[in-house]
Amino acid sequence: MKREPPRALADYAPLVFPGAMLTVFFVIPFSIMLAVSFFKRNPAGFYTPDFVFDNYARFLSLFFGKVLGFSLMLSVGVAIVCVLIAFPFTYLLTKLSRRAQTLWLVALLSVLSMSEVIIGFAWSTLLSRTAGITNLFVWLGLLDQPVALIPSFWAVLTGMVYQALPYTVLVLYPALVRLDPTLLEAARTLGASPIRAFLNVVVPALRNTIVATLIMVFVFALGSYLLPQILGRPQHWTLSVLITDQAIYQSNMPFAAAMAVFLVLISLSLVGLTLLIGRREAAQ
Amino acid sequence: MSGLSIEHVTKSFGDFKAVNDVSLDVPNGKFVCLLGPSGCGKTTLLRMIAGLEDPSSGSIRLDGAELNAIPTHKRDLGMVFQSLALFPHLTVGENIAYALRIRGASKADQAKRVDELLAMIHLKGFADRPVAKLSGGQRQRVAIARALAISPKLFLLDEPLSALDAKLREAMQVELRQLQQSLGITTIVVTHDQREAMTMADLVVVMGQGKIRQAAPPTEIYRKPADAFVADFIGSTNLLPFGDGGTIFGAKIAGVSGAKGDKLSVRPEDISVTAPGKGVFDGTVTFVRDLGGTIETFVEIGGETLTAVSTPRDRPHVTAGQKVGLSFPADASVVVSG
Repeated sequence: MKREPPRALADYAPLVFPGAMLTVFFVIPFSIMLAVSFFKRNPAGFYTPDFVFDNYARFLSLFFGKVLGFSLMLSVGVAIVCVLIAFPFTYLLTKLSRRAQTLWLVALLSVLSMSEVIIGFAWSTLLSRTAGITNLFVWLGLLDQPVALIPSFWAVLTGMVYQALPYTVLVLYPALVRLDPTLLEAARTLGASPIRAFLNVVVPALRNTIVATLIMVFVFALGSYLLPQILGRPQHWTLSVLITDQAIYQSNMPFAAAMAVFLVLISLSLVGLTLLIGRREAAQ
Repeated sequence: MSGLSIEHVTKSFGDFKAVNDVSLDVPNGKFVCLLGPSGCGKTTLLRMIAGLEDPSSGSIRLDGAELNAIPTHKRDLGMVFQSLALFPHLTVGENIAYALRIRGASKADQAKRVDELLAMIHLKGFADRPVAKLSGGQRQRVAIARALAISPKLFLLDEPLSALDAKLREAMQVELRQLQQSLGITTIVVTHDQREAMTMADLVVVMGQGKIRQAAPPTEIYRKPADAFVADFIGSTNLLPFGDGGTIFGAKIAGVSGAKGDKLSVRPEDISVTAPGKGVFDGTVTFVRDLGGTIETFVEIGGETLTAVSTPRDRPHVTAGQKVGLSFPADASVVVSG
């Protein structure tokens, strides 16, 4: 279908609705947050309009630097683990009958219906000493006595991977379903074992999908603020936890806004960098 | 024995037998076409030879060695897929070198072989291009070169030319045949195009409903079809039903005998249109299709429509509605059952 370039003002009409939505639900709230981040905090009350860099200056400390570094590292970790699990899983899923695929997808979607709180408490029970999975290991003779696996970094990672996995599968699924199965067969006739064929044909052929999925899970994990608190120690708290803390419990809206703006800028630049590297490689 | 031998191979999907007790011997260096309508089991048979499907029963041997237990990637074969299945993330050269890379060949050896193969398929200097930038015919050649990179013992092609336009397809058929002749490699092509099979094959294997209906050289398949299915599938033919006492449309034809239920296959180009009463039987012209190079005359006799094809030189000069006689030499016709 050939598209005509818009000429009259009315030709832009289809843009009005999405434009309005973006403005109301994204541009305006983000602008308010941006403005608040420059406001002056009033310790007695809330905040007063001003234009100061105090909030950003306070952020530039070793403590917040470490928290930011940990948040980014955790989110990258969650993204990588999710894709490592979800990619082979989704690939095998596409080889099942249509009926089995539907059942699996429904089961995965049902995980999405659970709130972060429920997921957090379920995992904290599962990883606890008294009622946790280690009791099963003791019963099987793998451990001498039950141990508590929370709070720990691995518990936070596990919970966040569990939460993000359904999204990962749902994003990978369409691309893997569309993948031409003869690519894999061709690699096999040329002498590649099935695993080797998977690694050097299926994975590279879907490189762009994998990068997009990594970015999506990364951004998704950055926003998680309940699971680190339920499953981790204070040193495992992410920037999102601190933002919540500042905004809700310390009533320091300007500082919370400044941290949020900073987080957005850092993650946007990371995503941009990834895309840039991908494009440069593709051009070669 | 040397060569590929397929012994009583059956492949069932549930109750459906896609390939039903097929046996076939292919001597080394021969070009075989598996020909048949869609769903006849030809692709399934080819995939079993490649190891992409396991036979439900029967065995496939190459030079006496059982292939059934050997996985696809250890069979050392070359296969061209209908979709070509070129790896989109690799260049032309990397695609062709893939089988060599898997086998651990050095970079220098890979480059040398890629150059040889690119020269063979007339695409010198294309090694560094992405496959997405190639035309349909060029992709086709790259897929062929990739399959031949290791000089395989068996060269398998699944409807390799179906994506090309008619002109390019005919040219590629000739090219593929010449390539196979110069390499002397055992080649099996699956096709539903009988012209393609006639052009390329030493041995045409006509399949229908999971069984081999006839396996013979192209001219024999055309001249001496084993049954009505083969006669009808290879080229076009007129199938005339035998009536009581071995007559056709009430006429007894000298030198031809058949029982009721049999059919007489007469190729359209063997039938000539004569004046009424001068031929074997009379009929009425229903349509004349003048294609310039050939003229097809459709004649209705006893509820059946026969087609006669003639060249412009011996054009019958008849029009629709006209009564005509039809004649053909008895030795050009074949009695087929069913």
